Amino acid sequence: MNAEHTALSERGRRWFTALTGTSAQTSTDPMHPASVLVADTKLADETARFLCVVPNPQARFPMASQGEVGLEEAYALAASVREVIDTHKSGKRRPIIAIVDLKSQAYGRREETAAIYHAAATATDAYATARMLGHPVIALVVGQALSGGFLTHGYQANRILAFDDPGVVIHAMHKEAAARVTRRTVAELDKLAETIIPLSYKIEDFAKLGILHELIKVKNAEQPQVDEIKLVSERLATAVADARQGELDLSVRWTSPSAKSSRHATIAAREAMFVQWDNIK
Amino acid sequence: MTTMTETKSEAVEFSKRASFIELSGRERAIALLDQGSWRELLGPFDRMESPWLVMQNITPQSDDGCIILKGKVDGQPCVVISMEPAFQGGSLGEVSGAKITAALDLACRDSKNGKVTSAVVLLETGGVRLPEANLGLAAVAEICSSFISLRQYAPVVCLSAGTVGCFGGMSLLAGLASYVILTRESRLGLNGPEVIEQEHGIEEFDSSDRKLVWAIDGGEQRYMTGMADVLVKDKVEEIAAALRKVLKAGLPKIHRSTQIDLFRKRIAALNTDQQIDPNTLRQTWKRES
Repeated sequence: MNAEHTALSERGRRWFTALTGTSAQTSTDPMHPASVLVADTKLADETARFLCVVPNPQARFPMASQGEVGLEEAYALAASVREVIDTHKSGKRRPIIAIVDLKSQAYGRREETAAIYHAAATATDAYATARMLGHPVIALVVGQALSGGFLTHGYQANRILAFDDPGVVIHAMHKEAAARVTRRTVAELDKLAETIIPLSYKIEDFAKLGILHELIKVKNAEQPQVDEIKLVSERLATAVADARQGELDLSVRWTSPSAKSSRHATIAAREAMFVQWDNIK
Repeated sequence: MTTMTETKSEAVEFSKRASFIELSGRERAIALLDQGSWRELLGPFDRMESPWLVMQNITPQSDDGCIILKGKVDGQPCVVISMEPAFQGGSLGEVSGAKITAALDLACRDSKNGKVTSAVVLLETGGVRLPEANLGLAAVAEICSSFISLRQYAPVVCLSAGTVGCFGGMSLLAGLASYVILTRESRLGLNGPEVIEQEHGIEEFDSSDRKLVWAIDGGEQRYMTGMADVLVKDKVEEIAAALRKVLKAGLPKIHRSTQIDLFRKRIAALNTDQQIDPNTLRQTWKRES
Protein backbone atom coordinates (compact mmCIF):
# COMPACT_ATOMS: atom_id res chain seq x y z
CA MET A 1 0.00 0.00 0.00
CA ASN A 2 1.25 3.45 -0.76
CA ALA A 3 -1.50 5.31 1.06
CA GLU A 4 0.19 7.85 3.27
CA HIS A 5 -0.36 7.52 6.99
CA THR A 6 -1.73 10.85 8.05
CA ALA A 7 -3.19 11.55 11.45
CA LEU A 8 -6.84 10.54 11.58
CA SER A 9 -9.24 13.41 11.98
CA GLU A 10 -10.97 13.65 15.34
CA ARG A 11 -13.14 16.62 14.43
CA GLY A 12 -16.26 14.62 13.65
CA ARG A 13 -16.16 12.62 16.86
CA ARG A 14 -15.38 15.70 18.98
CA TRP A 15 -18.22 17.80 17.60
CA PHE A 16 -20.62 14.85 17.72
CA THR A 17 -19.69 14.32 21.39
CA ALA A 18 -19.91 18.05 22.15
CA LEU A 19 -23.30 18.54 20.49
CA THR A 20 -24.96 15.35 21.73
CA GLY A 21 -23.29 15.04 25.11
CA THR A 22 -22.44 11.45 24.36
CA SER A 23 -19.70 9.52 22.64
CA ALA A 24 -21.27 6.17 23.45
CA GLN A 25 -22.75 4.06 20.72
CA THR A 26 -26.48 4.06 21.23
CA SER A 27 -27.42 1.70 18.42
CA THR A 28 -28.55 -1.70 19.64
CA ASP A 29 -28.26 -3.16 16.17
CA PRO A 30 -25.62 -5.94 16.16
CA MET A 31 -24.66 -5.09 12.56
CA HIS A 32 -24.00 -1.46 13.43
CA PRO A 33 -20.33 -0.56 12.92
CA ALA A 34 -18.26 1.46 15.44
CA SER A 35 -17.56 3.97 12.66
CA VAL A 36 -21.10 5.36 12.54
CA LEU A 37 -22.06 7.38 15.62
CA VAL A 38 -25.78 7.71 16.32
CA ALA A 39 -27.50 9.64 19.08
CA ASP A 40 -30.94 11.07 19.72
CA THR A 41 -30.51 14.36 21.56
CA LYS A 42 -32.43 17.49 22.41
CA LEU A 43 -32.00 20.31 19.93
CA ALA A 44 -33.86 23.42 21.06
CA ASP A 45 -37.22 22.05 22.23
CA GLU A 46 -37.29 18.78 20.31
CA THR A 47 -35.36 15.55 19.84
CA ALA A 48 -33.08 15.24 16.81
CA ARG A 49 -31.09 12.33 15.46
CA PHE A 50 -27.38 13.03 15.06
CA LEU A 51 -25.20 10.92 12.76
CA CYS A 52 -21.48 11.00 12.11
CA VAL A 53 -18.95 8.77 10.32
CA VAL A 54 -15.64 8.50 12.19
CA PRO A 55 -12.37 6.60 11.70
CA ASN A 56 -12.29 3.03 12.98
CA PRO A 57 -8.80 1.47 12.88
CA GLN A 58 -10.36 -1.94 13.63
CA ALA A 59 -12.72 -1.81 10.65
CA ARG A 60 -13.54 -5.15 9.00
CA PHE A 61 -12.89 -3.52 5.66
CA PRO A 62 -9.26 -2.34 5.57
CA MET A 63 -9.92 0.46 3.05
CA ALA A 64 -12.63 1.95 5.27
CA SER A 65 -10.68 2.41 8.50
CA GLN A 66 -9.65 6.07 8.30
CA GLY A 67 -12.99 7.81 8.20
CA GLU A 68 -14.00 6.83 4.68
CA VAL A 69 -17.62 5.93 4.00
CA GLY A 70 -17.51 2.25 3.11
CA LEU A 71 -20.09 -0.48 2.69
CA GLU A 72 -20.90 -0.91 6.40
CA GLU A 73 -21.02 2.82 6.99
CA ALA A 74 -23.34 3.55 4.07
CA TYR A 75 -25.79 0.77 4.97
CA ALA A 76 -25.69 1.77 8.66
CA LEU A 77 -26.50 5.38 7.73
CA ALA A 78 -29.34 4.19 5.51
CA ALA A 79 -30.73 1.99 8.31
CA SER A 80 -30.40 4.74 10.94
CA VAL A 81 -32.18 7.30 8.78
CA ARG A 82 -34.91 4.82 7.81
CA GLU A 83 -35.41 4.07 11.50
CA VAL A 84 -36.25 7.73 12.12
CA ILE A 85 -38.66 7.75 9.17
CA ASP A 86 -40.38 4.54 10.28
CA THR A 87 -40.74 5.36 13.98
CA HIS A 88 -41.81 9.02 13.80
CA LYS A 89 -44.55 9.04 11.22
CA SER A 90 -47.00 11.33 12.95
CA GLY A 91 -46.73 14.87 14.23
CA LYS A 92 -43.71 17.04 13.79
CA ARG A 93 -41.11 15.13 11.81
CA ARG A 94 -37.87 14.60 13.73
CA PRO A 95 -34.80 16.51 12.48
CA ILE A 96 -31.78 14.55 11.25
CA ILE A 97 -28.36 16.15 11.71
CA ALA A 98 -25.43 14.79 9.67
CA ILE A 99 -22.10 15.86 11.14
CA VAL A 100 -19.62 15.60 8.29
CA ASP A 101 -15.90 14.98 8.58
CA LEU A 102 -14.96 12.34 6.05
CA LYS A 103 -12.08 11.73 3.69
CA SER A 104 -14.13 10.23 0.87
CA GLN A 105 -15.90 7.04 -0.04
CA ALA A 106 -13.79 3.89 0.51
CA TYR A 107 -11.53 3.07 -2.43
CA GLY A 108 -11.03 -0.70 -2.46
CA ARG A 109 -11.42 -3.87 -4.47
CA ARG A 110 -13.63 -5.46 -1.78
CA GLU A 111 -15.89 -2.43 -1.93
CA GLU A 112 -16.29 -2.55 -5.71
CA THR A 113 -16.85 -6.32 -5.72
CA ALA A 114 -19.63 -5.93 -3.15
CA ALA A 115 -21.19 -2.99 -5.07
CA ILE A 116 -20.41 0.04 -2.90
CA TYR A 117 -22.30 2.22 -5.41
CA HIS A 118 -25.44 0.47 -4.23
CA ALA A 119 -24.61 1.01 -0.56
CA ALA A 120 -24.12 4.72 -1.32
CA ALA A 121 -27.46 4.76 -3.14
CA THR A 122 -29.34 3.31 -0.14
CA ALA A 123 -28.05 6.08 2.16
CA THR A 124 -28.74 8.76 -0.47
CA ASP A 125 -32.22 7.33 -0.91
CA ALA A 126 -32.87 7.31 2.85
CA TYR A 127 -31.69 10.90 3.42
CA ALA A 128 -33.59 12.23 0.38
CA THR A 129 -36.73 10.34 1.32
CA ALA A 130 -36.55 11.70 4.88
CA ARG A 131 -36.22 15.24 3.52
CA MET A 132 -39.10 14.82 1.08
CA LEU A 133 -41.31 13.52 3.90
CA GLY A 134 -40.62 16.67 5.91
CA HIS A 135 -37.81 15.63 8.24
CA PRO A 136 -35.49 18.64 8.34
CA VAL A 137 -32.12 17.19 7.23
CA ILE A 138 -29.19 19.42 8.18
CA ALA A 139 -25.56 18.78 7.29
CA LEU A 140 -22.88 20.36 9.45
CA VAL A 141 -19.47 20.17 7.76
CA VAL A 142 -16.78 20.40 10.46
CA GLY A 143 -13.88 18.93 8.45
CA GLN A 144 -13.55 17.30 5.06
CA ALA A 145 -16.53 16.43 2.87
CA LEU A 146 -15.20 14.81 -0.24
CA SER A 147 -16.62 13.17 -3.29
CA GLY A 148 -18.84 10.08 -3.01
CA GLY A 149 -18.45 10.17 0.76
CA PHE A 150 -20.33 13.48 0.91
CA LEU A 151 -22.94 12.25 -1.61
CA THR A 152 -23.61 9.37 0.79
CA HIS A 153 -23.62 11.41 4.01
CA GLY A 154 -24.70 15.04 3.93
CA TYR A 155 -25.32 16.15 0.37
CA GLN A 156 -29.05 15.36 0.43
CA ALA A 157 -29.64 17.84 3.26
CA ASN A 158 -32.20 20.65 3.06
CA ARG A 159 -29.58 22.96 4.56
CA ILE A 160 -25.79 22.65 4.59
CA LEU A 161 -23.83 24.49 7.27
CA ALA A 162 -20.04 24.57 7.39
CA PHE A 163 -17.35 25.96 9.64
CA ASP A 164 -15.48 28.92 8.21
CA ASP A 165 -12.13 27.26 8.84
CA PRO A 166 -9.14 26.33 6.64
CA GLY A 167 -9.53 22.65 7.63
CA VAL A 168 -13.01 22.53 6.12
CA VAL A 169 -13.03 21.29 2.52
CA ILE A 170 -15.99 20.39 0.33
CA HIS A 171 -14.80 19.01 -2.98
CA ALA A 172 -15.32 16.47 -5.75
CA MET A 173 -11.86 14.97 -5.35
CA HIS A 174 -8.88 15.46 -3.05
CA LYS A 175 -6.33 17.92 -4.35
CA GLU A 176 -3.43 15.60 -5.19
CA ALA A 177 -5.65 13.22 -7.16
CA ALA A 178 -7.43 16.07 -8.96
CA ALA A 179 -4.09 17.56 -10.00
CA ARG A 180 -2.89 14.17 -11.25
CA VAL A 181 -6.03 13.41 -13.24
CA THR A 182 -6.17 16.87 -14.85
CA ARG A 183 -2.39 16.75 -15.49
CA ARG A 184 -1.65 19.86 -13.47
CA THR A 185 0.56 20.58 -10.50
CA VAL A 186 -1.09 21.40 -7.19
CA ALA A 187 0.25 24.97 -7.57
CA GLU A 188 -1.32 25.29 -11.03
CA LEU A 189 -4.61 23.98 -9.68
CA ASP A 190 -4.54 26.55 -6.86
CA LYS A 191 -3.82 29.33 -9.37
CA LEU A 192 -6.72 28.30 -11.63
CA ALA A 193 -9.04 28.08 -8.64
CA GLU A 194 -8.54 31.79 -8.00
CA THR A 195 -10.67 32.57 -11.07
CA ILE A 196 -12.62 29.33 -11.49
CA ILE A 197 -14.60 29.04 -8.27
CA PRO A 198 -15.88 25.43 -8.61
CA LEU A 199 -12.26 24.22 -8.62
CA SER A 200 -11.36 25.91 -5.35
CA TYR A 201 -10.63 23.99 -2.15
CA LYS A 202 -11.37 27.02 0.03
CA ILE A 203 -14.64 26.92 1.92
CA GLU A 204 -15.17 30.68 1.43
CA ASP A 205 -15.10 30.05 -2.34
CA PHE A 206 -17.46 27.10 -2.03
CA ALA A 207 -19.84 29.43 -0.19
CA LYS A 208 -19.95 31.65 -3.30
CA LEU A 209 -21.62 28.82 -5.28
CA GLY A 210 -24.86 29.37 -3.36
CA ILE A 211 -25.13 25.78 -2.17
CA LEU A 212 -24.29 26.47 1.47
CA HIS A 213 -26.93 27.77 3.86
CA GLU A 214 -24.47 29.29 6.29
CA LEU A 215 -20.80 29.58 7.19
CA ILE A 216 -20.22 29.49 10.93
CA LYS A 217 -17.16 31.24 12.29
CA VAL A 218 -15.59 29.28 15.13
CA LYS A 219 -12.32 30.06 16.87
CA ASN A 220 -11.31 26.45 17.25
CA ALA A 221 -12.74 23.91 14.83
CA GLU A 222 -10.49 21.16 16.20
CA GLN A 223 -11.51 21.53 19.86
CA PRO A 224 -15.11 22.50 20.58
CA GLN A 225 -15.32 25.29 23.18
CA VAL A 226 -18.27 25.61 25.56
CA ASP A 227 -19.58 28.93 24.21
CA GLU A 228 -19.14 27.77 20.63
CA ILE A 229 -20.95 24.48 21.20
CA LYS A 230 -23.92 26.59 22.30
CA LEU A 231 -23.58 28.82 19.24
CA VAL A 232 -23.41 25.87 16.82
CA SER A 233 -26.36 24.21 18.51
CA GLU A 234 -28.38 27.40 18.06
CA ARG A 235 -27.41 27.66 14.40
CA LEU A 236 -28.53 24.06 13.87
CA ALA A 237 -31.88 24.77 15.50
CA THR A 238 -32.30 27.87 13.34
CA ALA A 239 -31.49 25.85 10.23
CA VAL A 240 -34.09 23.25 11.26
CA ALA A 241 -36.72 25.98 11.59
CA ASP A 242 -35.67 27.47 8.26
CA ALA A 243 -35.85 24.07 6.53
CA ARG A 244 -39.40 23.62 7.82
CA GLN A 245 -40.36 26.88 6.12
CA GLY A 246 -38.74 25.98 2.81
CA GLU A 247 -39.15 23.61 -0.11
CA LEU A 248 -38.66 19.87 0.36
CA ASP A 249 -36.47 19.63 -2.76
CA LEU A 250 -32.97 21.03 -3.30
CA SER A 251 -34.05 24.10 -5.32
CA VAL A 252 -32.69 26.46 -2.65
CA ARG A 253 -29.23 25.59 -4.00
CA TRP A 254 -29.85 27.34 -7.33
CA THR A 255 -32.37 29.99 -6.19
CA SER A 256 -30.17 31.42 -3.42
CA PRO A 257 -28.68 34.93 -3.90
CA SER A 258 -25.12 33.61 -4.39
CA ALA A 259 -26.26 31.02 -6.93
CA LYS A 260 -27.75 33.76 -9.08
CA SER A 261 -24.27 34.94 -10.05
CA SER A 262 -22.15 31.79 -9.85
CA ARG A 263 -24.69 29.25 -11.14
CA HIS A 264 -26.17 31.34 -13.92
CA ALA A 265 -25.59 28.48 -16.39
CA THR A 266 -27.63 26.15 -14.16
CA ILE A 267 -30.45 28.68 -13.99
CA ALA A 268 -30.39 29.41 -17.75
CA ALA A 269 -30.41 25.71 -18.69
CA ARG A 270 -33.22 25.02 -16.26
CA GLU A 271 -35.39 27.89 -17.49
CA ALA A 272 -34.85 26.94 -21.15
CA MET A 273 -35.71 23.32 -20.41
CA PHE A 274 -39.01 24.33 -18.79
CA VAL A 275 -39.94 26.47 -21.80
CA GLN A 276 -39.05 23.85 -24.41
CA TRP A 277 -40.65 20.96 -22.53
CA ASP A 278 -43.98 22.75 -22.38
CA ASN A 279 -43.82 23.66 -26.07
CA ILE A 280 -44.24 20.00 -26.89
CA LYS A 281 -47.53 18.36 -26.17
CA MET B 1 -35.52 22.30 -30.70
CA THR B 2 -34.34 19.88 -33.36
CA THR B 3 -36.83 18.03 -35.49
CA MET B 4 -36.22 14.61 -36.94
CA THR B 5 -35.47 14.49 -40.65
CA GLU B 6 -36.30 11.70 -43.08
CA THR B 7 -32.66 10.78 -43.54
CA LYS B 8 -32.20 10.41 -39.80
CA SER B 9 -35.22 8.15 -39.67
CA GLU B 10 -33.71 5.85 -42.31
CA ALA B 11 -30.44 5.77 -40.44
CA VAL B 12 -32.26 4.64 -37.32
CA GLU B 13 -34.10 1.87 -39.19
CA PHE B 14 -30.80 0.53 -40.43
CA SER B 15 -29.17 0.77 -37.04
CA LYS B 16 -31.83 -1.37 -35.36
CA ARG B 17 -30.05 -4.43 -36.66
CA ALA B 18 -26.69 -3.07 -35.64
CA SER B 19 -24.51 -2.60 -32.58
CA PHE B 20 -25.83 -0.17 -29.98
CA ILE B 21 -22.35 0.56 -28.66
CA GLU B 22 -21.22 1.90 -32.03
CA LEU B 23 -23.94 4.57 -31.97
CA SER B 24 -23.37 8.09 -30.68
CA GLY B 25 -25.15 9.27 -27.55
CA ARG B 26 -27.84 10.96 -29.66
CA GLU B 27 -28.36 7.95 -31.94
CA ARG B 28 -28.68 5.69 -28.90
CA ALA B 29 -31.45 7.86 -27.48
CA ILE B 30 -33.27 8.01 -30.85
CA ALA B 31 -33.08 4.24 -31.21
CA LEU B 32 -35.03 3.72 -27.98
CA LEU B 33 -38.01 5.96 -28.71
CA ASP B 34 -41.00 5.34 -30.98
CA GLN B 35 -40.21 6.53 -34.47
CA GLY B 36 -41.22 10.14 -35.04
CA SER B 37 -42.43 10.54 -31.44
CA TRP B 38 -39.56 12.57 -30.07
CA ARG B 39 -38.10 16.06 -29.94
CA GLU B 40 -34.72 17.02 -28.60
CA LEU B 41 -34.67 19.55 -25.77
CA LEU B 42 -31.74 21.96 -25.41
CA GLY B 43 -30.09 20.47 -28.48
CA PRO B 44 -26.86 21.63 -30.11
CA PHE B 45 -28.53 24.67 -31.76
CA ASP B 46 -29.47 26.08 -28.38
CA ARG B 47 -25.76 26.33 -27.60
CA MET B 48 -26.05 25.78 -23.86
CA GLU B 49 -22.35 25.35 -23.22
CA SER B 50 -20.23 24.98 -20.15
CA PRO B 51 -18.98 28.40 -19.04
CA TRP B 52 -16.02 26.80 -17.23
CA LEU B 53 -14.27 24.78 -19.96
CA VAL B 54 -13.22 27.70 -22.20
CA MET B 55 -11.58 29.32 -19.18
CA GLN B 56 -9.35 26.23 -19.07
CA ASN B 57 -8.66 26.06 -22.82
CA ILE B 58 -10.95 23.06 -23.24
CA THR B 59 -13.34 23.17 -26.22
CA PRO B 60 -16.92 22.99 -24.97
CA GLN B 61 -19.70 21.16 -26.80
CA SER B 62 -22.94 22.89 -27.73
CA ASP B 63 -25.07 20.25 -26.00
CA ASP B 64 -22.58 19.86 -23.12
CA GLY B 65 -22.35 16.15 -23.90
CA CYS B 66 -25.86 15.42 -22.73
CA ILE B 67 -28.77 14.62 -25.04
CA ILE B 68 -32.36 14.90 -23.80
CA LEU B 69 -35.16 13.52 -25.95
CA LYS B 70 -38.79 13.80 -24.94
CA GLY B 71 -40.90 11.24 -26.73
CA LYS B 72 -42.76 7.98 -26.36
CA VAL B 73 -41.96 4.31 -25.81
CA ASP B 74 -44.81 2.03 -26.90
CA GLY B 75 -46.99 5.11 -27.01
CA GLN B 76 -46.27 6.09 -23.41
CA PRO B 77 -44.51 9.37 -22.47
CA CYS B 78 -40.83 8.94 -21.74
CA VAL B 79 -37.76 11.15 -21.50
CA VAL B 80 -34.45 9.67 -22.57
CA ILE B 81 -31.30 11.20 -21.10
CA SER B 82 -28.11 10.16 -22.85
CA MET B 83 -24.54 10.91 -21.83
CA GLU B 84 -22.33 11.34 -24.90
CA PRO B 85 -19.41 8.94 -24.37
CA ALA B 86 -17.21 10.79 -26.88
CA PHE B 87 -17.26 14.15 -25.06
CA GLN B 88 -15.02 14.44 -21.99
CA GLY B 89 -15.53 10.75 -21.18
CA GLY B 90 -19.26 11.21 -20.70
CA SER B 91 -18.52 13.37 -17.68
CA LEU B 92 -21.09 15.46 -15.85
CA GLY B 93 -20.72 19.23 -15.78
CA GLU B 94 -22.85 22.11 -14.55
CA VAL B 95 -24.96 22.46 -17.71
CA SER B 96 -25.45 18.75 -18.39
CA GLY B 97 -26.34 18.34 -14.73
CA ALA B 98 -28.91 21.13 -14.84
CA LYS B 99 -30.44 19.72 -18.04
CA ILE B 100 -30.87 16.30 -16.40
CA THR B 101 -32.31 17.63 -13.13
CA ALA B 102 -34.77 19.87 -14.98
CA ALA B 103 -35.90 17.04 -17.29
CA LEU B 104 -36.46 14.72 -14.32
CA ASP B 105 -38.37 17.45 -12.45
CA LEU B 106 -40.62 18.06 -15.47
CA ALA B 107 -41.27 14.33 -15.89
CA CYS B 108 -42.15 14.28 -12.19
CA ARG B 109 -44.49 17.26 -12.51
CA ASP B 110 -46.26 15.69 -15.52
CA SER B 111 -46.49 12.33 -13.75
CA LYS B 112 -48.05 13.95 -10.67
CA ASN B 113 -50.55 15.65 -12.96
CA GLY B 114 -51.62 12.32 -14.39
CA LYS B 115 -49.41 12.15 -17.47
CA VAL B 116 -47.08 9.41 -16.25
CA THR B 117 -43.68 10.06 -17.81
CA SER B 118 -40.89 7.55 -17.28
CA ALA B 119 -37.18 8.39 -17.53
CA VAL B 120 -34.33 6.42 -19.03
CA VAL B 121 -30.74 7.41 -18.32
CA LEU B 122 -28.01 6.13 -20.61
CA LEU B 123 -25.02 5.96 -18.34
CA GLU B 124 -21.79 6.18 -20.28
CA THR B 125 -19.86 8.27 -17.83
CA GLY B 126 -16.72 8.51 -15.78
CA GLY B 127 -18.60 10.68 -13.30
CA VAL B 128 -18.03 14.29 -12.30
CA ARG B 129 -16.20 16.43 -14.89
CA LEU B 130 -13.12 17.48 -12.96
CA PRO B 131 -12.67 20.89 -14.66
CA GLU B 132 -16.09 21.74 -13.18
CA ALA B 133 -15.39 19.84 -9.96
CA ASN B 134 -17.72 21.18 -7.28
CA LEU B 135 -20.59 22.10 -9.57
CA GLY B 136 -20.42 18.59 -11.03
CA LEU B 137 -20.62 16.97 -7.61
CA ALA B 138 -23.44 19.31 -6.59
CA ALA B 139 -25.28 18.32 -9.78
CA VAL B 140 -24.98 14.61 -8.90
CA ALA B 141 -26.70 15.23 -5.54
CA GLU B 142 -29.44 17.23 -7.27
CA ILE B 143 -29.96 14.59 -9.97
CA CYS B 144 -30.21 11.85 -7.34
CA SER B 145 -32.85 13.85 -5.47
CA SER B 146 -34.97 14.45 -8.59
CA PHE B 147 -34.54 10.81 -9.67
CA ILE B 148 -35.87 9.59 -6.29
CA SER B 149 -38.72 12.07 -6.50
CA LEU B 150 -39.82 10.93 -9.97
CA ARG B 151 -39.49 7.27 -8.94
CA GLN B 152 -42.55 7.69 -6.69
CA TYR B 153 -44.74 8.12 -9.77
CA ALA B 154 -43.03 6.56 -12.77
CA PRO B 155 -40.33 3.97 -13.43
CA VAL B 156 -36.78 5.26 -13.83
CA VAL B 157 -34.41 3.08 -15.82
CA CYS B 158 -30.63 3.04 -16.08
CA LEU B 159 -28.98 1.54 -19.13
CA SER B 160 -25.27 1.12 -19.60
CA ALA B 161 -24.13 -0.58 -22.78
CA GLY B 162 -20.45 0.35 -22.87
CA THR B 163 -17.77 0.92 -23.69
CA VAL B 164 -17.22 3.80 -21.27
CA GLY B 165 -19.40 2.14 -18.66
CA CYS B 166 -20.60 3.93 -15.55
CA PHE B 167 -18.32 5.11 -12.75
CA GLY B 168 -18.20 7.88 -10.17
CA GLY B 169 -21.14 9.60 -8.56
CA MET B 170 -23.49 8.83 -11.44
CA SER B 171 -23.25 5.13 -10.50
CA LEU B 172 -25.55 5.96 -7.59
CA LEU B 173 -28.34 6.35 -10.16
CA ALA B 174 -27.96 2.67 -11.03
CA GLY B 175 -28.45 1.88 -7.34
CA LEU B 176 -31.55 4.09 -7.23
CA ALA B 177 -33.10 2.90 -10.50
CA SER B 178 -36.35 0.95 -10.81
CA TYR B 179 -34.62 -1.20 -13.42
CA VAL B 180 -31.02 -1.61 -14.57
CA ILE B 181 -30.19 -2.89 -18.06
CA LEU B 182 -26.60 -3.87 -18.85
CA THR B 183 -24.58 -5.59 -21.57
CA ARG B 184 -21.54 -7.85 -21.17
CA GLU B 185 -19.44 -4.97 -22.48
CA SER B 186 -20.59 -2.54 -19.79
CA ARG B 187 -18.99 -1.90 -16.43
CA LEU B 188 -20.62 -0.45 -13.35
CA GLY B 189 -18.87 0.71 -10.19
CA LEU B 190 -18.32 3.70 -7.90
CA ASN B 191 -14.53 3.90 -8.12
CA GLY B 192 -12.83 2.97 -11.36
CA PRO B 193 -9.96 0.45 -11.18
CA GLU B 194 -7.38 3.14 -12.10
CA VAL B 195 -8.47 5.33 -9.20
CA ILE B 196 -8.23 2.47 -6.71
CA GLU B 197 -4.79 1.54 -8.01
CA GLN B 198 -3.70 5.19 -7.66
CA GLU B 199 -4.98 5.35 -4.08
CA HIS B 200 -3.88 1.99 -2.72
CA GLY B 201 -1.45 0.42 -5.16
CA ILE B 202 -1.40 -2.36 -7.71
CA GLU B 203 -1.71 -5.04 -4.98
CA GLU B 204 -5.18 -3.71 -4.21
CA PHE B 205 -6.30 -3.41 -7.82
CA ASP B 206 -4.34 -4.08 -10.99
CA SER B 207 -6.26 -1.87 -13.39
CA SER B 208 -4.45 -3.35 -16.42
CA ASP B 209 -5.94 -6.78 -15.65
CA ARG B 210 -8.99 -6.61 -17.90
CA LYS B 211 -10.26 -10.02 -16.81
CA LEU B 212 -10.23 -8.89 -13.19
CA VAL B 213 -11.92 -5.57 -14.02
CA TRP B 214 -14.80 -7.29 -15.84
CA ALA B 215 -15.04 -10.03 -13.20
CA ILE B 216 -15.81 -7.30 -10.65
CA ASP B 217 -17.48 -4.42 -12.51
CA GLY B 218 -18.70 -6.19 -15.65
CA GLY B 219 -22.36 -6.19 -16.68
CA GLU B 220 -22.64 -9.97 -16.52
CA GLN B 221 -21.28 -10.06 -12.94
CA ARG B 222 -23.66 -7.31 -11.84
CA TYR B 223 -26.54 -9.20 -13.45
CA MET B 224 -25.58 -12.61 -12.02
CA THR B 225 -25.33 -11.13 -8.50
CA GLY B 226 -28.81 -9.58 -8.77
CA MET B 227 -27.65 -5.98 -9.09
CA ALA B 228 -29.13 -5.59 -12.57
CA ASP B 229 -32.49 -6.65 -13.96
CA VAL B 230 -31.74 -7.42 -17.60
CA LEU B 231 -28.59 -8.52 -19.41
CA VAL B 232 -28.80 -7.84 -23.13
CA LYS B 233 -26.68 -8.39 -26.19
CA ASP B 234 -25.18 -5.34 -27.88
CA LYS B 235 -27.98 -5.13 -30.45
CA VAL B 236 -30.13 -2.05 -30.90
CA GLU B 237 -33.34 -4.03 -31.29
CA GLU B 238 -32.66 -6.22 -28.26
CA ILE B 239 -31.91 -3.25 -26.03
CA ALA B 240 -34.99 -1.36 -27.22
CA ALA B 241 -37.14 -4.45 -26.57
CA ALA B 242 -35.71 -4.83 -23.06
CA LEU B 243 -36.58 -1.21 -22.33
CA ARG B 244 -40.14 -1.62 -23.62
CA LYS B 245 -40.54 -4.69 -21.41
CA VAL B 246 -39.43 -3.08 -18.14
CA LEU B 247 -41.45 0.08 -18.81
CA LYS B 248 -44.52 -2.04 -19.49
CA ALA B 249 -44.01 -3.73 -16.10
CA GLY B 250 -44.32 -0.30 -14.44
CA LEU B 251 -43.05 0.45 -10.96
CA PRO B 252 -41.41 -2.49 -9.19
CA LYS B 253 -42.96 -3.73 -5.92
CA ILE B 254 -39.83 -2.73 -4.07
CA HIS B 255 -36.91 -0.59 -5.16
CA ARG B 256 -33.49 -2.16 -4.75
CA SER B 257 -32.13 0.87 -2.86
CA THR B 258 -34.68 0.37 -0.06
CA GLN B 259 -33.58 -3.23 0.60
CA ILE B 260 -31.20 -2.30 3.39
CA ASP B 261 -31.55 -5.33 5.68
CA LEU B 262 -30.93 -7.80 2.87
CA PHE B 263 -27.72 -6.08 1.83
CA ARG B 264 -26.48 -5.49 5.39
CA LYS B 265 -26.79 -9.20 6.08
CA ARG B 266 -24.92 -9.97 2.89
CA ILE B 267 -22.12 -7.57 3.81
CA ALA B 268 -21.96 -8.94 7.37
CA ALA B 269 -21.55 -12.47 5.99
CA LEU B 270 -18.52 -11.61 3.83
CA ASN B 271 -15.06 -12.74 4.88
CA THR B 272 -13.07 -9.53 4.62
CA ASP B 273 -9.67 -11.00 5.60
CA GLN B 274 -9.06 -11.51 1.91
CA GLN B 275 -10.38 -10.17 -1.38
CA ILE B 276 -13.90 -11.31 -2.23
CA ASP B 277 -14.05 -13.88 -5.00
CA PRO B 278 -16.49 -12.67 -7.67
CA ASN B 279 -17.49 -16.24 -8.58
CA THR B 280 -18.36 -17.11 -4.99
CA LEU B 281 -20.43 -13.94 -4.84
CA ARG B 282 -22.49 -15.20 -7.78
CA GLN B 283 -23.50 -18.16 -5.61
CA THR B 284 -24.17 -16.25 -2.38
CA TRP B 285 -25.86 -13.25 -4.02
CA LYS B 286 -27.67 -15.40 -6.52
CA ARG B 287 -30.30 -13.51 -8.43
CA GLU B 288 -33.89 -14.53 -7.90
CA SER B 289 -35.57 -16.15 -10.92
